[in-house]
Amino acid sequence: MAGHHAIDVHGLVKRFGQRTAVAGVDIQMPRGEVWGFLGPNGSGKTTTIRMICGLLKVTEGSGTCLGYDIQKDAEKIRVLTGYMTQKFSFWSDMTIRENLEFVARLYRLPRMRRTVDETIEKLGLTNRQHQLSGALSGGWKQRLALAAVTMHNPELLLLDEPTAGVDPQARRDFWDEIHHLSLAGMTVLVSTHYMDEAERCDRIVYIASGHKIVEGTVPDVISSSGLVTFRGEGPGVRRLADVLKGEPGVEHAAYFGSALHVSGTDGTAIRNALDRHPALDVTWNQVLPSLEDAFIALSAEAGKDTRVHA
Amino acid sequence: MTAILHSLSRIWAVFMKEAVQMRRDRLTFAIMFGIPIIQLILFGYAINLNPKHLPAALLVEEQTPIVRTLVQSLRTSDYYDFVMQTDDPRQTGDLLARGEVSFVITIPAGFTRKFVRGETPQILIEADASDPAAASGAVGFAQTILTDALRHDLKGPLAGLVSQGPPFELVVHQMYNPEAMTSYNIVPGLLGVILTMTMVMITGMAMTRETEQGTLENLLAMPLKPHEVMLGKILPYVAVGAAQTLVILIAAQLLFEVPFVGNPWILLLGASIFVLANLALGFTFSTIARSQLQAMQLTFFFFLPSMLLSGFMFPFRGMPEWAQTIGQIFPLTHFLRIVRGVMLKDTSLAQLQPPLLALCIFTAAAVTVALLRYRRTLD
Repeated sequence: MAGHHAIDVHGLVKRFGQRTAVAGVDIQMPRGEVWGFLGPNGSGKTTTIRMICGLLKVTEGSGTCLGYDIQKDAEKIRVLTGYMTQKFSFWSDMTIRENLEFVARLYRLPRMRRTVDETIEKLGLTNRQHQLSGALSGGWKQRLALAAVTMHNPELLLLDEPTAGVDPQARRDFWDEIHHLSLAGMTVLVSTHYMDEAERCDRIVYIASGHKIVEGTVPDVISSSGLVTFRGEGPGVRRLADVLKGEPGVEHAAYFGSALHVSGTDGTAIRNALDRHPALDVTWNQVLPSLEDAFIALSAEAGKDTRVHA
Repeated sequence: MTAILHSLSRIWAVFMKEAVQMRRDRLTFAIMFGIPIIQLILFGYAINLNPKHLPAALLVEEQTPIVRTLVQSLRTSDYYDFVMQTDDPRQTGDLLARGEVSFVITIPAGFTRKFVRGETPQILIEADASDPAAASGAVGFAQTILTDALRHDLKGPLAGLVSQGPPFELVVHQMYNPEAMTSYNIVPGLLGVILTMTMVMITGMAMTRETEQGTLENLLAMPLKPHEVMLGKILPYVAVGAAQTLVILIAAQLLFEVPFVGNPWILLLGASIFVLANLALGFTFSTIARSQLQAMQLTFFFFLPSMLLSGFMFPFRGMPEWAQTIGQIFPLTHFLRIVRGVMLKDTSLAQLQPPLLALCIFTAAAVTVALLRYRRTLD
């Protein structure tokens, strides 16, 4: 197999008419890793994933997926990848078993009946295998979809917001399954909005407005944001956010529960700002910026850039 | 008062929403205007309940002034378009069976001799009565036309023969349907109509259902080639079509006692190609339509002229030339020739070559368009 990259794309651009959904994204993702793909809604995550697996034509740019050209060899890529769509896209009017049998037949899996049996058993759905898949709850639908797209043992798994709208326990189970698959050698690119999920990834790619903003490990991304964050706690903190937002040096002020996080790239300027608004019942401590702080900062930065370019 | 005004403004809000959505759905909009216009044109111009200019052949076995007078009068009438005049019975042999003419009029040898002797000679009209509506009118007029011709043109002693009533006997052979049963024509035709409606509609839903259920993306992400999707989606309905055919044929026998004189295998062959043609067309529709509703509308848009211009409801040969030309496009037109031919006329495979070929061409064209239109990506 050519190259050690599962995904190797350069300058991917996708335009829909006048609108540019993806404006030049590079991704070089080694095999065997689990990468998180993050960015606000409409930032181009789904479009990028669809281009990688040949579901959308590339407007500009080029690249390979599992060594195959994403524009010419889409057919071969489809055999070797598993793609789980954002919305449940298995057949609601077919039973769990029938859906899995369809996939097994399509990929010509050997010992079809046994493979399907095992998959259903692993899912823990043996008793419900003859229920219509449309009757499953959100979390179960996602697990069924994951089982279905991995039945043919793809080399690369592309998961598009697989845990959106799923409860925490189901999300945890889902991620355990992703790590099992990764241990078995699958490369996984998963898009998500959840920071805790991002932190479970080897590396993360963050895109906004169709541009790749940053890529790296979680600490890399946090430090690349260059943020200094202070956390204020106490009853008086409720009144402070709006006041502090207007101060020089304060780039972001956002509540985390009852605490207020005030961030900026210039630590001294923030300290001065806090000093100008003393509140007896609030205590301030410098904390490590969270991934979310970093992303909000990076998004705002990117937003400024696009405004400048526009 | 204010309650009424509030209600009116809410009605207005819904009205505007509907207007916007209606405008967005261009295809529906086009069909809403297209269907009435097509109906107007077809019912107004194409359909002729008292068909004229039906294709006919003349077999004239002797040439005398009296016979020439008769031939001339037939030729100048509106009711027949003679595509052939011959004195060789072999040439007119299977014109009726092949459906090339609706009538064969024979003026036999010895006609003039018997006529002059006052022996009441015979003129034979063989009519394709598989469509009784087309046959009956024109047969009735033959008597009038021929008698009038003799009355005008005969002079001297011969004129006296005419005055004592018709000087010849018009023998009419209602071929294939001697009792002129309408059901013999309608019931086999219904087989084609029912298959058209159900087959086109069912595959018309094929891709649009995937789009609407949100399963298309999944299907496209799987290693499937367009022709694999198409065949996979079409073939189950071939079985459905076969079952429908069987049910209708049995009902035709039991309920309407429609004869089945031909070879069932030929009908099976024709029906299979016909079902495939309709399924392929439905699949093509489903690659064009963006929703199941649009697919339904396209089906209806196709179904209406199929029914009106194929010769199912009105005699095909009675329509104006342009309408016949358009009618040739529809698979139903060709299937009607096959099903009526096999069931009523015992038409042979060789004689049915043109309609079978037409169905094959249609199928190939529909498949080609469907494969070209099939979207492999979500673009």
